[in-house]
Amino acid sequence: MLRRIRQLFPFFVLAIALAALAWFSLHAVLPVLAPAGPIGTAERQLMIDVVSLSAIVVLPVFALLFGFAWRYRDRGQEAQQDEWKHEHIAEFVWWLVPAAIICALGSLAWSSSHALDPYKPIVSDTPALTVDVVALDWKWLFIYPSEGIATVNDLEIPAGRPVSFRLTADAPMNSFWVPALGGQIMVMPGMETQLNLMASTTGTYEGYSANLSGEGFAGMHFPVRALTEGSFDAWAASVRAAPANPLTPDAYAALAKPSMNVQPIAYTSVAPELYESVIMQYMMPQGSTTDAMTGMTMPMPAAPAPAASTPGMATSSASASMPDPIVAPMPSMQM
Amino acid sequence: MTLSSFIFGRLAWDQLPHSAIAWGGSLTVIGGVLAVVIAITVTKRWGWLWREYATSLDPKRIGIMYIAVAAIMGLRGLSDAVLMRTQQALAVGSNPGILAPDHFQQIFSAHGTIMIFFLAMGLLIGLINIVLPLQLGSRDVAFPFLNSVSFWLFFAGAALANVSLVLGDFSAAGWLSYPPLSELAYSPGTGVDYWDWSLQIAGIGSLLTGLNFLMTIFTMRAKGMRFMRMPIFAWSVLGSMALVIFAFPILTATLALLELDRMLGMHFFTAGGGGNMMMYVNLIWAWGHPEVYILALPAFGIFSEVVPAFSGRRLTGYVSMVYAVVAIAFLSFIVWLHHFFTMGAGADVNAFFGIMTMIIAVPTGVKMFNWIFTMYRGKIRFTSPMLWFMGFVVLFTMGGVTGVMLAEPPADFQFHNSLFLVAHFHTMIISGVVFGIFAGFTYWFPKIFGFRLIESWQVRAFWSWLIGFILAFGPLYILGFMGATRRLDHYTDPSWQPLFITAGIGASIIILGVIFQAIGLIASIRRRHELADTSGDPWDGRTLEWSIPSPAPFYAFAAEPVVAARDAWWDEKQRRAAGEAQQPRAYADILLPKRSAIGVVLGACAFFGGFGAVWHLWWLFALALLAAAVALTRRLLDDDTEYLIPAHELARLDAAQRSHADAA
Repeated sequence: MLRRIRQLFPFFVLAIALAALAWFSLHAVLPVLAPAGPIGTAERQLMIDVVSLSAIVVLPVFALLFGFAWRYRDRGQEAQQDEWKHEHIAEFVWWLVPAAIICALGSLAWSSSHALDPYKPIVSDTPALTVDVVALDWKWLFIYPSEGIATVNDLEIPAGRPVSFRLTADAPMNSFWVPALGGQIMVMPGMETQLNLMASTTGTYEGYSANLSGEGFAGMHFPVRALTEGSFDAWAASVRAAPANPLTPDAYAALAKPSMNVQPIAYTSVAPELYESVIMQYMMPQGSTTDAMTGMTMPMPAAPAPAASTPGMATSSASASMPDPIVAPMPSMQM
Repeated sequence: MTLSSFIFGRLAWDQLPHSAIAWGGSLTVIGGVLAVVIAITVTKRWGWLWREYATSLDPKRIGIMYIAVAAIMGLRGLSDAVLMRTQQALAVGSNPGILAPDHFQQIFSAHGTIMIFFLAMGLLIGLINIVLPLQLGSRDVAFPFLNSVSFWLFFAGAALANVSLVLGDFSAAGWLSYPPLSELAYSPGTGVDYWDWSLQIAGIGSLLTGLNFLMTIFTMRAKGMRFMRMPIFAWSVLGSMALVIFAFPILTATLALLELDRMLGMHFFTAGGGGNMMMYVNLIWAWGHPEVYILALPAFGIFSEVVPAFSGRRLTGYVSMVYAVVAIAFLSFIVWLHHFFTMGAGADVNAFFGIMTMIIAVPTGVKMFNWIFTMYRGKIRFTSPMLWFMGFVVLFTMGGVTGVMLAEPPADFQFHNSLFLVAHFHTMIISGVVFGIFAGFTYWFPKIFGFRLIESWQVRAFWSWLIGFILAFGPLYILGFMGATRRLDHYTDPSWQPLFITAGIGASIIILGVIFQAIGLIASIRRRHELADTSGDPWDGRTLEWSIPSPAPFYAFAAEPVVAARDAWWDEKQRRAAGEAQQPRAYADILLPKRSAIGVVLGACAFFGGFGAVWHLWWLFALALLAAAVALTRRLLDDDTEYLIPAHELARLDAAQRSHADAA
């Protein structure tokens, strides 16, 4: 009896461990599995489809593993050495079944990659709100071109209306992620990526920095407030009406200096073409990172707008077609 | 340049550790080295160590050194993991935890680097060194001296990575040190240089090992061992080492380009100046993804030996297994972009790499079915290697499902760099690689040391690992769904904390498993006489390594084996049982490599050269290069590198072995 208990002890502990995990998953808030927007919802559906299709292989694997382990455990019998009947047919089947499932999963990959391309605008009756995002050391700058305002570590969006993000970094590479709304996209200095998301309902969600960018990276998260259309307009108006705090190139240069755990800031106005110039400073033939970190004193001339329909790192083509920039204070490369 | 900056480079007093925990790390390293030195001196084993191990060109000895160094590095990686789990269990809200952000970042960077390069690679290369030649019926690898050089480069890389605990910092830019964070502008210290140079040195060692094992398989197989008669473990090594020789040059080049950026102000990967960081990310993963299979294939090979041995049956679907190995090896080169679907490459590119990734699941699934059907109609002895196999199938299959989820690009957008991803790759590597190594280590231990490991401690270790694993990584999957990203030194959401604490408990149970393994090893050594394997074939094995005595003698095979079938040793046992007359053993003169100190010298040169490069001590760097050139030239001019054992001496040794076995 005691021996039996000893034998079963590890299974008992295993059961407790699994029960604890089940309890946790049932009592946790899981934005990835309970998203608040169409993109996140479609991505969740994809996860469910993949798990269901995989189960066609996984469940037989488990059944056979434990079935054979029990049935053929050493009870003094002789192991059968010969080939069993239909062994080769069986082998053919276990090539075929995974292959068939992978065909299904593969076609799912093809269609979902296109349907959920982050660069693809979300179809909607209301025109998308454009937000320009700059990842800095170690905070997020959000510029609202249509509203003429900007915020730091605070993203306010209208619910029920698509949001079209254009993103770059003026710091090490990062990744912009609001799990409740949908998947992330990387942000890179000197390049632009795009992301289209939408909140279906009002609420406050959490946004994260998903790529290590240095010491302050853990503090680079921000609230995402999805407001009604009216509240959003009211909020934007209140920011503009606040005591003047313009995001001038100088103010930007100060902001771009490394700082950690930054509280939300609101800018009442934004220098024209600021976002474009953040990207273009890396495109100067002789620019260097050191200069880029400290030297931004003068907005660059407007870059040709990246073609929104081209997926890929759109601005990499811009350097070739750009007119000679008028940039006196751009110091040469420091060795 | 002043004289002092020429002599001392970047060395300065303020490069010594700053915090208590950092001091703890350096004192552990210094204390550990001192303790080993004192122990060897007191027991007067320096000469023995030098003659029998350090300068040995015997692959079995080199294998043991790999395993020993890897085990020590594993303990380092494990302590890093414990610190990370402790930090994340504490650092919520206003509690800063026990580690500063920069220190925490160094620790996870070191953890990943060490576990992949110095633990997993070291243990596998060690096992392969011991087992591969024996399975092929060979006495040695193709290039015995190169083998020693490889080991000492590996050792030098490992040592250099640990010096950063005492002098300067380690990289805080993650285990793959993505630029521009790893560029001089954002990481001006010595950390990335330590990382770069230690991997560069160890990586060249791995590349040479790859060449060596590959040529061993091509040229050193026993008479009659056609490719389609090779054990699947040897096939797996073939696949893995083919990947090494194609993938490691990419690593070498990428690390060199990054170091050129850092040392000479070039702009391959910088932000601005024409650099492109995504070129680095593509290159490093063009090595990095094959690396996953460089580790996984030999571990699959181990299971392909363990399952037939303990099921008492031949492996089901040998030919399928061979095709699966080849398919996995090929496919692993065209999936690298799945590590960064979030780059914004566009739907066509993402879909291509997603589909290629999923296709790997087909040969992997076939291998699963082959193993499981090997158990069918067998007689399964549930020894600890079989337990590791059972645990592997369960965890690896679950990990495979999460892997296919990650392979769907839009789903990956929600998982990339989250703790879901961290949980996924730990599932794959711990079950697929680490469990495989444990199974193989227990399985081949008698062949290496001549006695078995005590089974009860192995079983306790298995259950601790399995339960600990589930508790340590289950919460990370859930945290991923909650939005927790990897590498957080601190977080604000208090609802994450219970899960991080559970993960910490799981890690402690894994540590318990490691302690059981250590106790089991010590207890087995103490009881080695009663656990001695006198038959040479303790598990009723099927391949040639079980046809020779345990521990494998230095000459391995007294007479060269002739192979007539797959599972050559099983085949011979069947024929003996059927009363077939045995051929008398044909002894012949053999040549074995003499020991050589040049490998040690080259390792030392690599270590000091790397140290010089990290600290900008260019005189040291130049001296090390010069010394290496001299040592290598000396070796190349040395024609007297082998010694002869005459046939009659071999016959005498063999007879002695056998009478010893009969007596026991």
